[in-house]
Amino acid sequence: MSEEKHNGIDVAYVANLARMSLTEYEIEKFQSQLDQIVGYVEKIGELDLDGVEPSSRMRSLNNVYRKDELRDSLSHDKAMANAPEELNGLFKVPKIVE
Amino acid sequence: MSENINYLTTIGLEVHVQLKTKTKIFCGCSVDSESEPNTNVCPVCLGYPGALPALNETVVKYGIMTGLMIGSKINRYSKFDRKSYFYPDMSKNFQTSQFDLPICEGGSIDIELEDGTRKSIGITRIHLEENAAKNFHLVKMSGVDFNRAGTPLIEVVTEPEIESPEEAYAFLQAIRQIVVYTGVSDCNLELGQLRCDVNCSVRPEGQVKLGERTEMKNLNTFKGIYNALQYEIERQKDVLRSGGTVSQETRRWDPDAGITTVMRTKEDAHDYRYLPEPDLMPMVFDDEYLEELRSSLPELPAKRRERFVVAYSLPAYDAGVLVAEKPIADYFEAAAKLSKNPKLVSNYMMTEMLRILSETEKDISEVTMTPEALAKLSNLVDAKTINSNTAKKVFDILFNEGGDPEKIVNENGWAQVSDTGAIEGFVDEAIAANPKSVEDYKAGKVAAIKFLVGQVMRFSKGKANPQLAESLLLEKLQ
Repeated sequence: MSEEKHNGIDVAYVANLARMSLTEYEIEKFQSQLDQIVGYVEKIGELDLDGVEPSSRMRSLNNVYRKDELRDSLSHDKAMANAPEELNGLFKVPKIVE
Repeated sequence: MSENINYLTTIGLEVHVQLKTKTKIFCGCSVDSESEPNTNVCPVCLGYPGALPALNETVVKYGIMTGLMIGSKINRYSKFDRKSYFYPDMSKNFQTSQFDLPICEGGSIDIELEDGTRKSIGITRIHLEENAAKNFHLVKMSGVDFNRAGTPLIEVVTEPEIESPEEAYAFLQAIRQIVVYTGVSDCNLELGQLRCDVNCSVRPEGQVKLGERTEMKNLNTFKGIYNALQYEIERQKDVLRSGGTVSQETRRWDPDAGITTVMRTKEDAHDYRYLPEPDLMPMVFDDEYLEELRSSLPELPAKRRERFVVAYSLPAYDAGVLVAEKPIADYFEAAAKLSKNPKLVSNYMMTEMLRILSETEKDISEVTMTPEALAKLSNLVDAKTINSNTAKKVFDILFNEGGDPEKIVNENGWAQVSDTGAIEGFVDEAIAANPKSVEDYKAGKVAAIKFLVGQVMRFSKGKANPQLAESLLLEKLQ
């Protein structure tokens, strides 16, 4: 599958980046679904946006800050409650290979 | 065949500095690095879906202050972005960082090499970001501690203008001094508060285009960075000399073996796929805010050193030692301003203060002696009211108990005797009590005079002006 055929999303490549293992069947299925979704969103490109400033937000809210003040953290038990496995207080994960 | 070719080295650094805040960048959890694992954590820094970040205003302030210190342009409009990567130390699967609108751009940091060569290293940008969690690599598995996740960092990126491991080392020293001076970081290397990604390449002299570069990530000691660069530069030269090509890759520095090995090739390079962070509002800075921060900044250490040399007539070396740490420099300057002889103040700082501080493992902020007292002490020596031996005794008392130097001198009767008549008496005593030394001196043994001066000091209980004692002795023994 070439980059041009779909709308710039190469499912196999992105799946690899996301450490997801997909079957050939899934890759094809998701590729066509994503192409549809992206194609749908691309309708926006038909709008005449001359004179409209690019923006990544709906609201013009700036400088929303918090004071550098301590707040309670979770208890250790609560923090670890969803951990599939724990070891010496750490979240135990499969061996990380860099 | 190409053994005589000279190679040029190009180095760029990405320096991550942990900012000195109480809480993390996006939540109110403590940044304490010595807590039990996973105790300073909450839904935000654990990366739970739906948890919303709340930006710590001190982080923004410290980022801008650092930029102002090194002459960066502060972006009036700055925002956060998500940098995608998939790794257990970043449970959200993205790091909140800054991409196209970092908080600062441009600027420079001056470095000085050991041989005195000076150079200015350009800064590309400074951006704010969150730290990743800490991984522990065990034999069959790994463990993750999220206490470090979300601790605030600035990343300072240099232009590729560093040309040797020595320059890289000097740069790291300079940047560390600046952030510590500014009060935005403690830069404790043992606690991992400064970490560095190092890019380097070599190319034959005469070639304009930079060579293919390699990157080494997460180096955390200055010496390690220096050694890693020395090795890597030689390795690249060897590759080129033997007719090979350097490939663009990430390499791992092994400090025990003293070598670098391939970690990741270009094909496996990360594709971070940045996107704007929708959960954080942009930052907009006006003149008033930037001016307020600018006026709170300290003098750059390098500038201060030059000023000390001129204003207080200090040798460059002494000025360098004094400005190395801001509290020391502040203490010296407070005393020097009140002293008639700043050079004397500098001497007491260098020979007594720094020595005793290091012996007692004290911080200058804990010292009871005030800068005013040190200034007075220097004035007493300058006016020859006390000699330098007495001054040392007074210094010790001031250091341990504080107090007023004049009072200490008066109470102990330590004022130097500069009255010729009085000293003459001690000189006569010394001559009468030491006929052997007198004979030695007269027989040409010049050193004997020192012994006799010592005797005068003994008879005067240390109060005689030693220069006066010596000249009177010389007169009498002629």
